[in-house]
Amino acid sequence: MRAVRERSGQRPELCYQCGTCTAGCPFNFVYDLPVGRIMRLVQLGRREEVLSSRSIWLCGSCQACTTRCPNAIDVARIMDVLRHMAREAGLATEPRVKAFGDAFLDSVARNGRVYELGVVAGYVRRTGDVFADADLAPTALMKGKLGLLPHRIKGREHVAAIFRRWREPDAEAEAANAAQAAQNGGTSE
Amino acid sequence: MTLRIGYYPGCSGAGTSTEYEQSTRAVLRKLGVELHEVPDWSCCGSTPAHTVSHTLSAALSARNLELAGRAGFDLVATPCPSCLANLRTAGHKMENADFRAEVSRLVGADCADMADARSTVEVLARMVGPKAVAQRVTRPLKGLKVVCYYGCLMTRPPEVMDFDDPENPTAMDELLAACGAEVLPFAYKVECCGAAAGTVRGDITAELSGRILDAAVAAGADAVVAACPLCQMNLDLRRGQINKARGTVHDLPVFYFTQLMGLALGLSSSDLGIKKLAVDPNPVLRRAFAAPKEDAAGKKSKEGRECA
Repeated sequence: MRAVRERSGQRPELCYQCGTCTAGCPFNFVYDLPVGRIMRLVQLGRREEVLSSRSIWLCGSCQACTTRCPNAIDVARIMDVLRHMAREAGLATEPRVKAFGDAFLDSVARNGRVYELGVVAGYVRRTGDVFADADLAPTALMKGKLGLLPHRIKGREHVAAIFRRWREPDAEAEAANAAQAAQNGGTSE
Repeated sequence: MTLRIGYYPGCSGAGTSTEYEQSTRAVLRKLGVELHEVPDWSCCGSTPAHTVSHTLSAALSARNLELAGRAGFDLVATPCPSCLANLRTAGHKMENADFRAEVSRLVGADCADMADARSTVEVLARMVGPKAVAQRVTRPLKGLKVVCYYGCLMTRPPEVMDFDDPENPTAMDELLAACGAEVLPFAYKVECCGAAAGTVRGDITAELSGRILDAAVAAGADAVVAACPLCQMNLDLRRGQINKARGTVHDLPVFYFTQLMGLALGLSSSDLGIKKLAVDPNPVLRRAFAAPKEDAAGKKSKEGRECA
């Protein structure tokens, strides 16, 4: 529970199991653990059960739980943090949800903006799910809703650098130091 | 009066929601709001970024808020509630100094000039206002019964979004009523459509979007009015998937609110991308715009009868 508290900035211990989050959760019908139960398991420190739950991947971040919690716990933020922790632990009980997210962020890192067709292609490559939304393609194409080329922005290198600094904070710092050192070396010579 | 504001279109405007992008620009121009696109804006990271890392998500958003601020805008408007939620959450969480320091490191800038993000619904409802809109209406949407669907993010959570009632928003209702439409009470205004689950778990989106369509039909609506590119796509482009999964035959169209406002303001269908909607809106539009004539005809025949 301490990890969740620190990473989310929330106080899960305040949950008194009233069930409001679960009652309003639109995704409850596909969850293996209702969100209120997840809150309880977090309090009990039952890490394994929580991080291997499918619910944390299926949550749509719709903010109903956060908006309605009588103790003002940002429950959706906690669900986010649980996904972060599951990723770090190498767990993804809904691998397709993870694959879609990865494909999406790849597209952003590459182009600066997301390229919808590229995301679907990246998702299909990761999952082999060649029928993903294929039924929508004819209508989308006919209505001119499929951008056939990515929009690459001038600042895509800046966006890529944000991803780099996030992935490898130390490497980025070392590279900056090295560049600085080289520059200093250059000027002293 | 001309209002100059920064504008963040969001990535889907170049793809699945071109008609939202087109109609937003057309309606705001018509109402005297000058939109200035944030130079070289980038993706906010959408849902995938915050499900992977809060600092990454905030950094992708902060880059844009900072670009808008440096371009001289205190306010940046976006038509996409998902972009809006990310941009506003970044601003909100960056009030914390430690979080801000880490995000600034990722962005590689001090992020001292960040603009405040607001929805285009808010700009129209609060800065232009329904009264000013009503004065500009040339083709009232008389005879059109609609429900306004706001989606889950535009108003929630309230301490971040700071706009309208979180559970029963009315801003869009007021705008559509100003355009002459009959806006019906709707219990599903902020219920989730299934969001980004569409591609990976179509069953979820079909069920949740289907419930919204069921409720709209039960309310007696001719059409749903949406303000979110992802909601609109789930309810419209995915209609076949919904009907197939749930054994329904829903055929009511789902407009972007700017499309209907545009029609009422006298803009043409082609200015508003009406043709781009997947579910054919023409039967409903023909009925709506024919209604006053029918009324007049009805009156005439009644008078005729009286004369006879």
